[in-house]
Amino acid sequence: MMEMRFETPKTAEAASALIAATPGLSKIFSGGTDLMVHMRSGNIKPDLVLDIKSIAEMNVIAVENGGYRVGAAVNCMQLLENTAFATTWPGVIDGANLVGSIQVRGRATLGGNLCNASPGADTVPAMIAAGAIASIVGPNGRRDVPVEQIPAGPGKTSLAKGELIVSFFLPKRAPHSGDAYLRFTPRTEMDIAVVGVGLSLTLDDKGVCTHARVSLGAVADRALLVPEAAAALIGTTVDAAALAKLAAAASAAARPIDDKRGTKEFRIKVAGVLARRAAEKALSRAKGKN
Amino acid sequence: MLTNTKDIEQVMKVVGTSPVRPDGVPKVTGQAQYGADYSLPGMLWAKVLRSPHAHARILSVDTSKAAALPGVKGIILGSDFPDHPFDYVGPERVAQNYWHMTRNIMAREKALFEGHAIAAVAATTLAIAAEAVSLIEVKYEVLQHCIDVEDAMKPDAPLLFEDMITRGVEPAPSKPSNISKRLEFSVGDIAAGFASADEVVEMSFKTAAVHQGYIEPHSCLARYGADGQCELWSASQGHFVVRAYTAKLVGMEIGNLLVHPAEIGGGFGGKTVVYVEPMAVLLSRKTGHPVKIMMSREDVFKSTGPTSGSSMTVKIGVKKDGTIVAAEGLFKFQAGAFPGSPVMNATMCAFAPYIIPNVKSVGFDVVSNRPKSAAYRAPGSPISAFAVESVLDILAKKIGMDPLKLRLKNAVKAGSPTAWGPKHSHDGYAETIQALLDHPQYNKPLGKNQGRGVASGFWFNGGGESTASVHINEDGTVVIATGSMDVGGSRASMALMAAETLGVPYESVRSTVADTASIGYNHVTGGSRVTYATGIAVVEACNKVIEDLRLRASLMWDTDIKNVVWSDGYAKPVDKSVGNFEPLSLKAIAGKRAVTGGPIGYEASTNAGGQAPGFSTQFVDVEVDPETGAVKILQFVAAQDVGRAIHRDYCAGQIVGGVVQGIGWALNEEYIYDSKGRLSNAGFLDYRIPVASDLPMIEAVLVEVPNPSHPFGVKGVGEANIVPPMAAIANAIENAIGRRMTELPMSPPRVLAAIDAG
Amino acid sequence: MSKHHVTTVINGDPVEFLCQPNVSLLDVLRDELNMTGTKEGCGTGDCGACSVTLDGRLVCSCLVLGVEAQGKSIQTIEGMANGETLHVLQRKFLEHAALQCGICTPGFLIAARSLLERNNNPTEEEVRFWLAGNLCRCTGYNNIITAVLEAAREMRGA
Repeated sequence: MMEMRFETPKTAEAASALIAATPGLSKIFSGGTDLMVHMRSGNIKPDLVLDIKSIAEMNVIAVENGGYRVGAAVNCMQLLENTAFATTWPGVIDGANLVGSIQVRGRATLGGNLCNASPGADTVPAMIAAGAIASIVGPNGRRDVPVEQIPAGPGKTSLAKGELIVSFFLPKRAPHSGDAYLRFTPRTEMDIAVVGVGLSLTLDDKGVCTHARVSLGAVADRALLVPEAAAALIGTTVDAAALAKLAAAASAAARPIDDKRGTKEFRIKVAGVLARRAAEKALSRAKGKN
Repeated sequence: MLTNTKDIEQVMKVVGTSPVRPDGVPKVTGQAQYGADYSLPGMLWAKVLRSPHAHARILSVDTSKAAALPGVKGIILGSDFPDHPFDYVGPERVAQNYWHMTRNIMAREKALFEGHAIAAVAATTLAIAAEAVSLIEVKYEVLQHCIDVEDAMKPDAPLLFEDMITRGVEPAPSKPSNISKRLEFSVGDIAAGFASADEVVEMSFKTAAVHQGYIEPHSCLARYGADGQCELWSASQGHFVVRAYTAKLVGMEIGNLLVHPAEIGGGFGGKTVVYVEPMAVLLSRKTGHPVKIMMSREDVFKSTGPTSGSSMTVKIGVKKDGTIVAAEGLFKFQAGAFPGSPVMNATMCAFAPYIIPNVKSVGFDVVSNRPKSAAYRAPGSPISAFAVESVLDILAKKIGMDPLKLRLKNAVKAGSPTAWGPKHSHDGYAETIQALLDHPQYNKPLGKNQGRGVASGFWFNGGGESTASVHINEDGTVVIATGSMDVGGSRASMALMAAETLGVPYESVRSTVADTASIGYNHVTGGSRVTYATGIAVVEACNKVIEDLRLRASLMWDTDIKNVVWSDGYAKPVDKSVGNFEPLSLKAIAGKRAVTGGPIGYEASTNAGGQAPGFSTQFVDVEVDPETGAVKILQFVAAQDVGRAIHRDYCAGQIVGGVVQGIGWALNEEYIYDSKGRLSNAGFLDYRIPVASDLPMIEAVLVEVPNPSHPFGVKGVGEANIVPPMAAIANAIENAIGRRMTELPMSPPRVLAAIDAG
Repeated sequence: MSKHHVTTVINGDPVEFLCQPNVSLLDVLRDELNMTGTKEGCGTGDCGACSVTLDGRLVCSCLVLGVEAQGKSIQTIEGMANGETLHVLQRKFLEHAALQCGICTPGFLIAARSLLERNNNPTEEEVRFWLAGNLCRCTGYNNIITAVLEAAREMRGA
């Protein structure tokens, strides 16, 4: 019979210490929308489940040094409802607004979505494109890591035992910036992304792209940061030629599998299509039109 | 030709309205009890051990460790059920073989599909039952498996039954195969027919297995007493059928099993059979405690019947003027692990809407290592219609004819022949086509990457056995009871028909579904039969009551019964000469019942014939994203001949519901198996039924060509609406992007591949 | 596994129960508290039949642990009507034939109420997207959407 302990630590350090003291498997219980499914199916049999939703620093959404500090236990609905954040990072909101259903968004968190490490996670590409940094608490203290370095394969992260992400820092937004996340799913809602693209770009006063980050989801064993795709846009006015190069770079970077959600060929092709469409949307937002 | 219904409408007071249903408040407040909502003191929970292999010989089952777990009260295996002789029983189209059925409930010699039940454990808690299941040790000899129907038909395919010789072939084959049966319907001279055609199109199609997708998993609660009497609470489409199957499978007399009709959370055909009931009854008998079983969603997908996948070839020939001269179909259907796919229905329904002098329709029922198929809304007909209605569309283009007009030209009516023998008995099909030709949106222009498609469909509809009782309460209110499970508002329809017949307000009629000990036999709520056949029984019982009410009034007035009429809910003297009598209400007569003969109530049974088939014609507008293959439904209009809508909103609701299931079947739903024969998408995440944001409002057009065999003209409405959508969407996609999709589902990767193939 | 003692508020009433830490809130409601109005359709958060609100937030109770109810406030379908007085959404669902088998109805009502509490003038598209997490297999959604829009209209006094 599965013996499972359930604890509600009040600080990240306490959580970390509990994990260190538990010889068996410990799991962070954030929104629980993935963990509960894994537990029900018997895929994961934790000895210790830590509900971290009472930890204050994991629940903040606050401006910090011109950027945003977002707690890892903030759920998607809370993020959507924060108008200031939503106006600054509409692409991150695109992703948060596509996780599961409203019911799932009422619980699912950025931290959980990242650390569950499904290659098709909807909030991850836009967070990578945003240049988000994960703040981690662990047995050896605190450290900061770019989010793209967290997923290490399907269901695996680069975190050491006892480490948990407490918050994310999104940098200050330059003027004429816009981001977007698009995904392909067979239905309009409720599906896991077959392909996902997160894209952020910044224009100068003349409309030339000075900065871009492009991330692909669901087309590899983890979300990818694709510098070649970004390079296709930087220095251009994001015109048709640049978009075509972007699409080609996105398709080239995709290394998907065939599975019940899509074929290789389909994912490779649609990665390019969505990259182009995401750039168009981000561009429109950067120019101040929504 | 629409029958003039005006005269009948003048006397309809309640039929045709849309009042609130009697079971409405319980269902919107969470009070209604479905299969999993019952509990009894001392109840045990049961869990089922299921095969992880698609095909395996069961060498041994060791339950000793499981039995030793504290809290485990009983374990059953396939061998605990009585065996049955190998025999197909009943009319061919719906024949049952209990040798197969008992093995579907629980495996004996072999596990024939992933998810096949091997054993069941009853324990004091669900967690203990689950742990006990994990302690059962089964030795399997894993065998080669086959999933696809074509693969299962190959000469070297692994055999599910080493002694299966194809029925319906003369002379019988000398070697066994996975082909359970071949059947054929032929009329005329097919070769001559094609020779006389100006245009002939032949095309092959494939469809994947799809599940009924009801939101409620199968559940039941059984309490077997030391006196051999058992009570069963079960969510099903027919508690009398549940009683019959369960009693036979467990080896008890029907009269010792009382089945209570729990509310049902969707069935669509899939709950006309039993899965958990025999297990619960047997475990309750063995343990002496009530036993509750609820399937998980995963179990539902892996272990209960979807409908068949298929491989089909259809060839149709027409003259330049659109006359269909010949039609040939080859339909190969997956039955799942035991015979009984709906291929016979499919071969019959395929060409049924059309007058065709030369037809050859051949079907194969083929077993393969997947769950045994079960009925799904007009079983078989939607599948063959996908092929036939697609080919008709291609032919319409070839001869430059509007596809609706091509159908209208060949449409059957009363007296038209069928390929399987009897003549069509009713009009109605042509009227559904005309309704769309007249629809203001049918000729609305469309934009880039948009297309419109049409299709029609036929379903037999059912009659059959129903019983209803009608009683007048002491206060003059009315109670009606039937044994027809209410899946979509039939309690309201029965109340409407009773109220109309008796001439009383709808609100004074209580409409209930009685258990198997409290009402006579009722066949399943399926086959679109309830409003028709059970309605007939209700009206007959009401008519008997009316005769008695007239008699009571005649006694109260001391006059001859022929002087009393029943009109608008009152007994009235036939004319003034009888006497100056005030009309007597139900309340007044009920008040005097003790001195006029006692309680007032009657039962009526029917084995209804004379049912009319269902015809539906539909058009759909789609938009295709040429870069991703995604298909969006812009507009969907479905016309169906309902005979007479008893409850207009519930009638329309059936049409919309069936269309949306068809949309899911067309675009996204399919069973996906891995190389080991295991289901990859056994949940609602990856088995993708339509969600609210996928759809526009669907428009239902109720065409009424009344059926004279029913007191109110009813034709069954539930099923015909799911027959056309897949072909209609395929035809619309063809018009949108010039690509003919021949495989279901028409998912984005397939559509995109078709676009890119050029 | 020893059980936790949980104190919570359900539909405005204080409730206490014992449950093991790995049991879902859905199982607690149905099997421990005999509140069977909330339904299990899938157990994995894909169908919405188990929808409840948790501190005012619409969630799937199959994805919440029973122990998480501690100190929180839960609303289920059983608390939606006020004695004999149905909530406007319940009335509209009945008037507009928004249910056929009714198994998904509690989940839809809880989800729709959550929407209308936030936005009493949603468009049809907004209603459809908000309710995308609730599966219905019987109705094709037409009448559910109509019922929610009509309830919103009445709530606005329009």
